[in-house]
Amino acid sequence: MGVQNYLYLSAILFTIGAAGVLLRRNAIVVFMCVELMLNATNLAFVTFARIHGNLDGQIIAFFVMVVAAAEVVVGLAIIVTIFRTRRSTSVDDANLLKY
Amino acid sequence: MTPAVSDPLLAAAHTSTTEAFGFWVLAPIAVLAALGMLFVRKAVHSALLLATTMIVLAVFYLAQSGPFLGIVQIVVYTGAVMMLFLFVLMLVGVDSSDSLVETLRGQRLTGLLLALGFGVLVVGALGRSAFDDVTVVGLGTANADGNVEGIARLLFTDYVLAFEVTSALLITAALGAMVLAHRERHTPRKSQRELSEERFRSDEHPGPLPPPGVYARHNAVDFPALLPDGSTSDLSVSRVLVARGDVQDVQPAVETTEQRSIEAGEAPEDVRPGPTQGGRY
Repeated sequence: MGVQNYLYLSAILFTIGAAGVLLRRNAIVVFMCVELMLNATNLAFVTFARIHGNLDGQIIAFFVMVVAAAEVVVGLAIIVTIFRTRRSTSVDDANLLKY
Repeated sequence: MTPAVSDPLLAAAHTSTTEAFGFWVLAPIAVLAALGMLFVRKAVHSALLLATTMIVLAVFYLAQSGPFLGIVQIVVYTGAVMMLFLFVLMLVGVDSSDSLVETLRGQRLTGLLLALGFGVLVVGALGRSAFDDVTVVGLGTANADGNVEGIARLLFTDYVLAFEVTSALLITAALGAMVLAHRERHTPRKSQRELSEERFRSDEHPGPLPPPGVYARHNAVDFPALLPDGSTSDLSVSRVLVARGDVQDVQPAVETTEQRSIEAGEAPEDVRPGPTQGGRY
C-alpha cells in the first residue's frame, strides 16, 4: 500500500463534507460537515509531513485544530443566538438580509 | 512492503502490512460514517457518525507517526468539540431534523453535482500526480527525540509567533461566545404573583396539565390520557415524546369503551373511532 492512499481518503472525506455543506439544511449538521472537511485536510497535512520527513505538516495540523476549536465555540454560540430569536436552526430560515 | 519494524516512530518510511491492513479496515468505516452524516435524518446521529470518523482519523495519525496529534485529536475533537455539539443539540432540541422543502429549486441536485465534480477533480489530480517517483522520507529522523519533543522544538522556535497569536485567538473566541450567549434582561423579572395573574387573565387553562393515561395494561408516560368523550388528550404527554414519535396508540382502549357502550345498548355517538388530535385538554 502506498502512502498516497491516505491522500485519496482525505480527498474523499473532504468531498463528502463539502456535499454535506451544500445539501443539508440544519445549521448544526452543516457545521459538523465543515468540521469533517477540516479533519480531512488535517489527514492530508499529516501524510505530507510523513512524505517530506519533517514535522511542519503536523504543526500546521495542530494549528488547524486550535483554530477549529475557536471556530466551533463562536459558531455554535451564533447558532444558539439565532435559535433564540427565530426558534429554528434551519439555514433557510435565517434570511433577513435577503431583501 | 517491508516487514514491520518494532519501533513505530521509525517505521514511518514504508507502510507495513499491519498498517495496510488497518487502513483497509478503517478507511471504509470512515467513509461510510461520513456518508451516513449526509443521509441520516436526526442531527444527533450525524454527530455520532462524525465522532466515528474522527476516531478513525486519530488512529491514522497514530499510524503515521504522529502520536501527539492522534491523542490531541481524540481529546480535543471527539472529546471537547463533539461534546459541545451535543450540548448545543440538547439546547436546541432533539427534534431538530431537516426540513425536506427546497427553498431554492433544484438546489439539492445542483449541490450533489457540484460535490461530485469537485471530488472527481481532486481525486483525478491526485491520480495524475507521480507518487511512484516520490521517496517517502518518513519521520524516523524528525521523531528521533520523540514526537512530542520534535513538535515542541518547532512550535517554540519557528512557529512561536503563530503560537502566541493563537492565544489571542482563543481568548477572543471565548469572549465572543460569552457575549453572543449572554442575554441582557430588559424587563424586571416577574414575580410569582404576576405570573399567576397573567395566567388567569389569558384564556389558557390555569391549572396543571393533565397527567398521562393510567390503564389496566399500561400506565407509562407515553400513553395519552382519555377524555370523557373517548378522544385522547394531547396535553397529557410530553411535547418531546410527541416530537420523537414515541407516543403510543390507545386505540384498543377506545374500542373497549365503544364496545361497552354498545353492549349497554346506547348509540356510541360521542365515542370517536380513533384518537383525535388537536384537543385543547
